[in-house]
Amino acid sequence: MHKALLIDPGKCTSCLQCEMACSFEKEGVFNPARSRIKVFEFEHGRYAIPYTCTQCSEAWCLHACPVEALKRNETTNAVEVNETLCVGCKVCTIACPFGTINYHPVSKKVAKCDLCGGDPACAKACPTDAITYVEDSWSGLERMKRSALAGHGRPNPQQETA
Amino acid sequence: MAWQRKVLRINLSDGSIKTEALNMDWARNYVGERGLATKYLWEGMNPGEDALSPENMLIFATGPLTGTIASTSGRYAVVTKGPLTGAIACSNSGGKFGAELKFAGYDLLILTGKSEVPVYLLIEDDEIKILPADDIWGTTVWHTEEWIKSHHQNPQIKVASIGVSGENLVRYACVVNDLHRAAGRSGVGAVMGSKNLKAIAVRGTIGVSVDNPAGFMQAVKASHERMAGHKGRMAFTKYGTHPMLDMMNEFGGLPTRNFDDTRFDGVKNINARAARTPNEHGHTNLVANKACFGCTIACGRIAHIDKTHFTIVNRKEYIHASGGLEYETAYAFGPLCGIDDIDALTFAGFMMNEHGMDPISFGGTLAAAMELFEMGVITTKDTDGIELRFGNPEALTIMAEKTGKYEGFGKILGLGSRLMCEKYGHPEIAMHVKGQEFAGYDGRALQGMGLGYATSNRGACHLRHDTFGPDMDDQTGKDKAKPCKDSQDYIAFLDSTGLCLFTSSAGLKKPMYMDLLNTACDHTWSSDEIDLAGERIWTLERMFNLKAGLTMADDNLPERLLKTPAPSGAAKGHVAELDIMLPEYYAYRGWAPDGVPTTQTLQRLGLADNAKG
Repeated sequence: MHKALLIDPGKCTSCLQCEMACSFEKEGVFNPARSRIKVFEFEHGRYAIPYTCTQCSEAWCLHACPVEALKRNETTNAVEVNETLCVGCKVCTIACPFGTINYHPVSKKVAKCDLCGGDPACAKACPTDAITYVEDSWSGLERMKRSALAGHGRPNPQQETA
Repeated sequence: MAWQRKVLRINLSDGSIKTEALNMDWARNYVGERGLATKYLWEGMNPGEDALSPENMLIFATGPLTGTIASTSGRYAVVTKGPLTGAIACSNSGGKFGAELKFAGYDLLILTGKSEVPVYLLIEDDEIKILPADDIWGTTVWHTEEWIKSHHQNPQIKVASIGVSGENLVRYACVVNDLHRAAGRSGVGAVMGSKNLKAIAVRGTIGVSVDNPAGFMQAVKASHERMAGHKGRMAFTKYGTHPMLDMMNEFGGLPTRNFDDTRFDGVKNINARAARTPNEHGHTNLVANKACFGCTIACGRIAHIDKTHFTIVNRKEYIHASGGLEYETAYAFGPLCGIDDIDALTFAGFMMNEHGMDPISFGGTLAAAMELFEMGVITTKDTDGIELRFGNPEALTIMAEKTGKYEGFGKILGLGSRLMCEKYGHPEIAMHVKGQEFAGYDGRALQGMGLGYATSNRGACHLRHDTFGPDMDDQTGKDKAKPCKDSQDYIAFLDSTGLCLFTSSAGLKKPMYMDLLNTACDHTWSSDEIDLAGERIWTLERMFNLKAGLTMADDNLPERLLKTPAPSGAAKGHVAELDIMLPEYYAYRGWAPDGVPTTQTLQRLGLADNAKG
């Protein structure tokens, strides 16, 4: 059974714990500039939206790579970069429609979310459950549950915050 | 480790840019941020210099935990001599700017001199540029941030800047970063303005390492879990600091109409409940809560104004959401000015952020001006035709904007309450300590708070000590000196770590701070050394003030708190018993009866050599 990162922007406070957990996991330092996941703020911080690789089934980055440095990990379903093969040509960064694969100026290769081998650090670090790691076939479960409640005339259980 | 071990010095007079190694002896003795910056300030300038002269030093300081994954790790401090007080100024801010400065590789940024023309700094790791600010001088904080990010085509740049108020040396101008977080108090923004420095823009990609990563992550996990389950943390997340309005009102310690009363009838219209409840147009003030860098509390309020409200009815540019009301802003614009219009309060809060001003000092100064108006000392001829009466929301919103833009009567309000009231011959109307206006706690109802105000090194402030427990238990001056002194020292230490003071109300205790620090840094502090560091920092701030010419006469409260009994509430009939508390406090600190630390005390703190200077 595969799992996927589920992101609920309504719960995100823009604390960047995820970016620090990611950079610490991947680079051993706290450095949002090297995080694979990014949080974007809109309207003076009213909206905060974490964004990272969706691990597309038909992954354009994977098809674009001229040296086959990108491979799917069949266990986690993540598309991973083989740093030995990657030549840093950046074609995959152009191919990705979401911008979630990027050049790394220190390694001179590309870097992207690999779901930390099936135990993503960002989801563990998120204090508000804005990022969770769930069965990929049931990413709609929580929203379905909320709709079910609403359908029975019950108030929509708001997030704990505002 | 944890520290970047690097200090960036920029002399704005000659444009020289230098980096130097952090003095590690000082780092161990003063930890970082507030403490370390105080030491560099003490060593780097004569405290007797004018706060607005080129000789004043302006220090932006991060702590060892700034930029780590520890909760609330986004703090930085601005330390300088304050133009509002003539005393040391130490203003602390969150947001994301402080961590970015650390990620660029610096513990401290030290600015001296004065640029001939308006400039801003661009710091991209080790590439540092002083650039002309012609396109942003004379514009708002919000415009400046947007312009810098767009001009340099990098939305990831973080900006700390001043508004027109800071450029024009409004005495309580602040430094605003990330649109609505601020190093708010004592006029640190005016110091920036006096140096012709509009903004500091930073992009840091180096990151922060810790000494013992596994141990640190364990300490982080323990502290995160502690905070997650803590009631104080949950309340901050859900309501911010806003519920203090009801608490202080119930208790009878809510300064109202320039300290004429300790209770305010209009609280129900401006409290946390009002912010969350739809009004008659279906508009709800509060829209979200947001966090500063690394923070698992997220007390920040994001709010918007009813589009039918008079403040924005023809001003579409303010329909968006932005930083909303927290307790001090709600108190200083609400009860203190007798105003109960939540949209007017929110708009005035937007003005503070957009133009870069401290809402507490602005509210305190406006309240004093309102009293002068009610007395007939000033009239509509002075106030640009505005009826500056208590309870008038238009007086608040119009004057907030005028002061921010440095126009008309706003120029007078920009002096702060002390100078303004002296100008009109009524110094007794100004409610301040050392020139700085009071936070939202009446010193007659909360005696330890009164002592804390009087002895705070940066002028009246509620964040330098914590005596809420003893103050709630007993409304006399008895036994307040010890908790006041002990908490002052403890907070001086906390403010030097890079973490937010609110963590201490959200579950964290000293052993957890020690675990975080001792695993992050390649130095180990004992519990006693932590206590000593806090007391050392506090005492060095005191020495700066004494050398700047302040005396025990400045450890005082206004006559109104000392002579006029509280009219209502738990402390009805009480005055602030400073005469009892202050001598006890000096003695407990090991200071002489005139408030000067004794040689013995200085020796105990390792400050004896400094006394000669």
